Amino acid sequence: MSADPATQEPVFTPARRAHLEQLAPRYPTRQALLLPALWIAQRAHGWVTPAAIEEIAAELGVTTAHVQGVVSFYTMYHTHPVGRHFIQVCTTSPCHMCGATKVVEALLEHTGCIDLGAPSPDGRFTVIEVECLGACGFVTPMLIDDDFIESVTPDGVPELLARYP
Amino acid sequence: MGWPHPIHPGETPLLSTHFGEVEARTHAGWVARGGYEGLRQALTMTPEEIVAVVKASGLRGRGGAGFPTGMKWSFMPKEDGQPHYLCCNADESEPGTFKDREILRWTPHALIEGCAIGCLGIRADSCIIFVRGEYTEPGRILEAALAEAYAAGSIGADAMGSGKRVDVFVHWGAGAYICGEETALMNAIEGKRGNPRIKPPFPAVSGLFGMPTTINNVETLAAVPPIITRGAAWYAGLSLSSPKSTGTKLISVCGHVRRPGTYEITMGLPMQELIFDLAGGMREGRTLKAVIPGGSSVPILTAEEAATCITDYEGIAAAGSLLGSGGMIVMDDTTDMVFQIMRLAKFYAHESCAQCTNCREGTAWTTRILERILRGEGQASDLDLLLDLADNMTGRTICVLSDSCATPVVSGIKKFRSEFDAYISGARAPVLQEA
Repeated sequence: MSADPATQEPVFTPARRAHLEQLAPRYPTRQALLLPALWIAQRAHGWVTPAAIEEIAAELGVTTAHVQGVVSFYTMYHTHPVGRHFIQVCTTSPCHMCGATKVVEALLEHTGCIDLGAPSPDGRFTVIEVECLGACGFVTPMLIDDDFIESVTPDGVPELLARYP
Repeated sequence: MGWPHPIHPGETPLLSTHFGEVEARTHAGWVARGGYEGLRQALTMTPEEIVAVVKASGLRGRGGAGFPTGMKWSFMPKEDGQPHYLCCNADESEPGTFKDREILRWTPHALIEGCAIGCLGIRADSCIIFVRGEYTEPGRILEAALAEAYAAGSIGADAMGSGKRVDVFVHWGAGAYICGEETALMNAIEGKRGNPRIKPPFPAVSGLFGMPTTINNVETLAAVPPIITRGAAWYAGLSLSSPKSTGTKLISVCGHVRRPGTYEITMGLPMQELIFDLAGGMREGRTLKAVIPGGSSVPILTAEEAATCITDYEGIAAAGSLLGSGGMIVMDDTTDMVFQIMRLAKFYAHESCAQCTNCREGTAWTTRILERILRGEGQASDLDLLLDLADNMTGRTICVLSDSCATPVVSGIKKFRSEFDAYISGARAPVLQEA
């Protein structure tokens, strides 16, 4: 899910269109391909660009407004560029009770991110807090890009980040 | 087993027997462990026979509602000529709940087999497993297992050489707790915003794409294959307590225990044994303060209530809460109940789909009022205001997200009122800064 500067490139290259169309027989409507299409767009560009929204709407035969509405509903779709590595840390109650806040502080410190949601000055990281990641027994769980990582401690943060250049 | 811990003698491993065994993820490994026998048998049965066995087993929905599974399947129309759908709810995101995750990542074929049997029972051609977008690792393991199951011919156009077609595939979510609500889940698959739908019509009448649909939780479907192979009577006999709570239940225990993890118990195990024996009890020098036994949406139990509580549907209801999803949040004496209740309210405010006024406004205002109490700006009337809000958030909306936010607030104020009063009176120093 790393940011790709070539966001002008269309989402639906022949390969990506083939990927989408491979899923089509599963559903009786084109609209049902919307969440998969948005994932394809985000994987391609690092975020869902306005041009991608237009392109997907045309591809699936739905309105741009409908796609906009769906993109804004689901929190995992980015509507703006994010750092090369996107870090989502759980801070919901069970994690909060067991020290997730300290992990968030360590992440901000070691990534150089000034605030949650703001990419680090070098463009390497964006850190956000998210609600329950469904790994409450493995405090603190987080996602770095598509990697699900369990039991992160504040002390373990520098070594963990080093794996994401 | 109490993944990530070894099997505890107090457990009854059924679904969790092979947690931790990487080989069990593979088709060959699963078959070597007796896998796909349930499907093989189900392929020789009529839909009515399958439904009858599941009904007789007493299996109830493991996602939270506890509705009898066989009865749910029996609501599906018979020879109506329309496509039918089975949806598997793998949108596990109720705070405290992390048990379906272990099924997805360790025994994906148990789920695939359960999905296939479910399709046969409700006359569906396909089962769509809706996996939350954040479950990257479990979802990928499941997708790899599906590819293997197709390649081996266990599912597909000619499932196990039976001539019957059974398709199972994954539909990825993209971050929204509300999509675990069954009608929101269907909207998400249809490529819409995940807003819950008004019921009726119920999904069995008009569900996914307007067709008859059944939605079942991961753990529910994974329990079906052993019920087919070992029989309804065997499963129904797995109970230490009420005949209405049968079988085993995965309980994910988190919070202030020494050994957080997913434990599989026979229904009816005393909660005290679960917390203090299986999960290792409190850390050194700490005492139990409160338990949220079934995911964050259920009423909070005090330590006294938990001490005598039986862990099954009826036992936890008798203690004043719910078994729910089996996501157990354990809190010790260091827990600031006001803060944690605020944090839960904040969760619901974040996850509200915002289509119902009482939920959109109620969850947001509940959070704001709790935050101002924690800033030391609470007023004496705030607790009554919170209870009044909670009343307006209960039973007034399309789905129960709003009710779920009200629940910990109401039970929290009732059972831990002095902690709220301490912030309001100034006896306790504020823990939150400016707005």
